[in-house]
Amino acid sequence: MSGVAVPPDAVVVGAGIVGAACALELARAGLRVLVLDAGDVGGGTTAAGMGHLVVMDDSEEQFALTAYSVRLWRELAPSLPPECEFDPCGTLWIAADAAQLEAVRRKHEAYTARGVAAEVLDGAALAACEPALRAPLAGALLVPGDAVLYPPGAARHLLAEACRAGAVFRGGSRVDAIRPGAVVVGGRALPAGIVVNAAGAAAPELTPGLPIVPRKGHLAITDRYPGLCRHQIVELGYLQSAHEMTAESVAFNVQPRRTGQVLIGSSRELVGWDPATNRAVLGRMLERAVHFMPALAAASVIRVWTGFRPATPDKLPLIGPWEEMEGVWVAAGHEGLGITTSLGTARLLADLITGRTPAIDPAPYAPMRVLSAARRHG
Amino acid sequence: MSDVVEIHVNGRAVRVPASASLAAALLAAGESAFRRSVTGAPRAPLCGMGICYECRVTVNGVAHVRACLETVAPGMDVVTGG
Amino acid sequence: MAETAPRRVTADVAIVGAGPAGIAAAVRAAESGARVVVLDEAPRPGGQIWRHTTRGTLPRGARRWLERLDASGAQVLSGASVVDADGPRLLAQWRGEPLVVSAERIILATGARELFLPFPGWTLPGVVGVGGAQALLKAGMPVAGRRVVVAGSGPLLLAVAAALAGAGAHVAVVAEQAPAAAVRRFAAGLWRRPAKLWQAARYRAGVPRARHRPGVWVTRADGDTTVREVTLTDGRRTWTVPCDLLAVGYGLVPATELPRLLGCRIERGRVHVDEYQRTSEPAILCAGEPTGIAGAHAALVQGQIAACAALDRPAEATSLLAARDAWRRFAARLEATFAPRDELRTLADADTVVCRCEDVTLGRIDASWGSRAAKRYTRAGMGPCQGRICGAALQYLFDWTPDRVRVPVAPATVGTLVHAAALNTEPQDPS
Ligand SMILES: Cc1cc2nc3c(=O)[nH]c(=O)nc-3n(C[C@H](O)[C@H](O)[C@H](O)COP(=O)(O)OP(=O)(O)OC[C@H]3O[C@@H](n4cnc5c(N)ncnc54)[C@H](O)[C@@H]3O)c2cc1C
Ligand SMILES: Cc1cc2nc3c(=O)[nH]c(=O)nc-3n(C[C@H](O)[C@H](O)[C@H](O)COP(=O)(O)OP(=O)(O)OC[C@H]3O[C@@H](n4cnc5c(N)ncnc54)[C@H](O)[C@@H]3O)c2cc1C
Ligand code: FES
Repeated sequence: MSGVAVPPDAVVVGAGIVGAACALELARAGLRVLVLDAGDVGGGTTAAGMGHLVVMDDSEEQFALTAYSVRLWRELAPSLPPECEFDPCGTLWIAADAAQLEAVRRKHEAYTARGVAAEVLDGAALAACEPALRAPLAGALLVPGDAVLYPPGAARHLLAEACRAGAVFRGGSRVDAIRPGAVVVGGRALPAGIVVNAAGAAAPELTPGLPIVPRKGHLAITDRYPGLCRHQIVELGYLQSAHEMTAESVAFNVQPRRTGQVLIGSSRELVGWDPATNRAVLGRMLERAVHFMPALAAASVIRVWTGFRPATPDKLPLIGPWEEMEGVWVAAGHEGLGITTSLGTARLLADLITGRTPAIDPAPYAPMRVLSAARRHG
Repeated sequence: MSDVVEIHVNGRAVRVPASASLAAALLAAGESAFRRSVTGAPRAPLCGMGICYECRVTVNGVAHVRACLETVAPGMDVVTGG
Repeated sequence: MAETAPRRVTADVAIVGAGPAGIAAAVRAAESGARVVVLDEAPRPGGQIWRHTTRGTLPRGARRWLERLDASGAQVLSGASVVDADGPRLLAQWRGEPLVVSAERIILATGARELFLPFPGWTLPGVVGVGGAQALLKAGMPVAGRRVVVAGSGPLLLAVAAALAGAGAHVAVVAEQAPAAAVRRFAAGLWRRPAKLWQAARYRAGVPRARHRPGVWVTRADGDTTVREVTLTDGRRTWTVPCDLLAVGYGLVPATELPRLLGCRIERGRVHVDEYQRTSEPAILCAGEPTGIAGAHAALVQGQIAACAALDRPAEATSLLAARDAWRRFAARLEATFAPRDELRTLADADTVVCRCEDVTLGRIDASWGSRAAKRYTRAGMGPCQGRICGAALQYLFDWTPDRVRVPVAPATVGTLVHAAALNTEPQDPS
């Protein structure tokens, strides 16, 4: 970036999928954007995520942001290059027994009442569309609008589009600190109109006070078995695993890749930044997968890895101004939904920055809520 | 002990040396495309020692078996070109 | 917890790899009274050099080691692929089932593999490694009457050419990329290693001198469904040779995945060991090619030293140290003589597949990326071989360091990995 005389209007710190999406929205809104990342694009949590674009109903606010984001992804889908591996495979939320099927019906009502298409399948219909699942199962909720993509490919695409819209990307640039109206890189202050902290699970290192912690997850990928798995299949209990901030949990969550591979999840642990495989957790996670899909037992796994979800106490991301420091905005804390909600986050953030009217109410995601919550409790 | 065994390659019965590796046996049987690459190109053993995964075939219904690490067995059912 | 407990084996010493290093270690340790288990994914013990279908075909020395192994009391588990390890415990997949091995000490003797450098046509059926050709030949591949080109680098070329000729193949040419002068200097030095000289002389016998061409390398292979023709060059002139088998490889690289997974220190691509073959990790030793490519004699010596050290009797290995160090010097000369020439970096063109598992062409890869980014952007190295083939090539072409090793170290079924936790739990009371 030789000879940039004018400071950028916005510096985005972090080129994960969230930072890349924000850069694109801000550049399209006419801002001069500089994106900085300590590594390269999509190499953080984004490289470790599953890439399920999913509408989730843990809370009304979560539903609003995920449904909005999935809609944005589907609008974007026709222009995504093959490297993004977009696959509109839909989600199956499976019910093991009659009680869970009841829950599936309630879920169905909630989705359709809020304008998201969904369909209840009985056990036979479920077995017909996913023959590798254990039988009998009570049924499932099919959400056909959900999809799957390849997160690092998508982040790279979004950043490339941002650069086409005028943004500048500098990899290998670790930001040491965020100051009012500047970021510090390698001891030098780079002035900026505003700074967007999109550093994922590392965001609190730059903006102390953000209540984000790394929540570790394991994934395992198999060799190619085309047709073995056709939808993203998630057990109903997944929501609970994601919701409860317990020390450790696993849930059945498998995904068909465009390659014919099956991506097997998922686990949640609060153990700081230790990337090592936790074999006990991995074992339980795989056992759960085999429990629901017995044919997986014979499938060959070629790699296991871990990643760190940027988790917040109320399971909602932090999107908006950080009023503790002039000119600092936050787009971080997306836990296990950041691939999905990156687009909604970016649109919302750009709306707020440029004074446009957002399509959904931004208040529930306002970063300052965490301070008021702390003060309430303090 | 017989020194040849009969195996089935893509439904065809072939007689191969009993102690041979499956990779060697398939080459002896004239197979040149053990598998199709992800873009559809024919592939055959490269390393002969379990490293390259180019010799993957389906054996008795199990996909992705490295033929160079298997010894042939009577009645083995092999599908290539997957 | 998993519904059914995996099979467990306990031993004083567990050895991964049943090549010369692993066999020598097993024999030495078991003959000293230790409980020994040896795991190897190949169908029979022997490793690369002593691979066989029937023992009768092996040289006497090899047969003697295998007979000692049989008599030693060591438990040999062939067809057991070690897929995960933690501390002195191993998870293997044996006959499709999980197997957990707990030992006081582990000796890693995982050997080496060939270095393959991509060039146009190297993915055609009929293009195999040099060691690959040898392995397939030993496993029963017929070559009688086939026209063969042997190319690449290293002493293996002549050995393999001789073996192919001995099995009835017509060896058209043996193209050694190292310059003639370097090969001559190396051969002269062999006087100091009588055993090797004898080997070299015997290899030569199988191949007429005129067909051994130092300073010559393959630039491309052509064919329809299988290789038909190979293009060679000596840097000035280029010519083609018709053939139906091309054996090409550029020497060996240490197999360090398992040592890396276990956290052993790696230096310049090799497992770092002390005088007694002990790695940087407690209770983990390493012998043979992972510590540097020095050949089967060196592996035999190292295996024995490792066994003594594993049993906490390093003094018994003292008499072996000088021989091992002599082989280390030999290894250094080997490496210097047969180092791949710079021209080999430019053989692949934009359309040449580099990652064979995922069909990623060179043109899609940017030299500035590094292996992790290349993986993320193109899938290079993401296939079942986990970068074992393209990783070494990209390291050579672009000087990239390979991506980190992850569980499993070789593909394992979900059903096996369900038991990974057994690596971190005490075995049940054996009663
Ligand atoms: C196992 C697992 C499965 C998941 N599955 C899904 C799923 O199916 N669907 C879904 O929607 N989400 C999923 N997620 C969540 C999703 O991956 C994350 O929410 C998302 O990737 C977060 O993106 P990000 O851009 O905020 O963070 P990151 O991708 O981590 O990006 C942050 C970037 O900031 C950079 N950075 C950090 N500090 C600095 C600094 N000081 N200076 C400069 N740069 C810095 C980092 O290098 C990094 O590139 C999953 C996550 C995990 C771990
Ligand atoms: C392809 C090839 C051909 C060769 N041909 C010759 C020759 O003709 N003449 C000559 O002098 N030298 C030859 N060499 C060199 C010779 O192999 C070595 O010098 C010698 O065999 C080294 O012995 P080793 O015990 O270190 O390793 P190896 O003999 O390579 O034995 C290693 C063993 O470990 C096993 N193994 C590795 N990883 C795992 C795992 N995760 N789980 C289970 N088992 C595992 C392998 O299956 C293998 O059997 C060749 C080498 C190679 C790679
Ligand atoms: S030939 Fe390479 S793995 Fe079998």
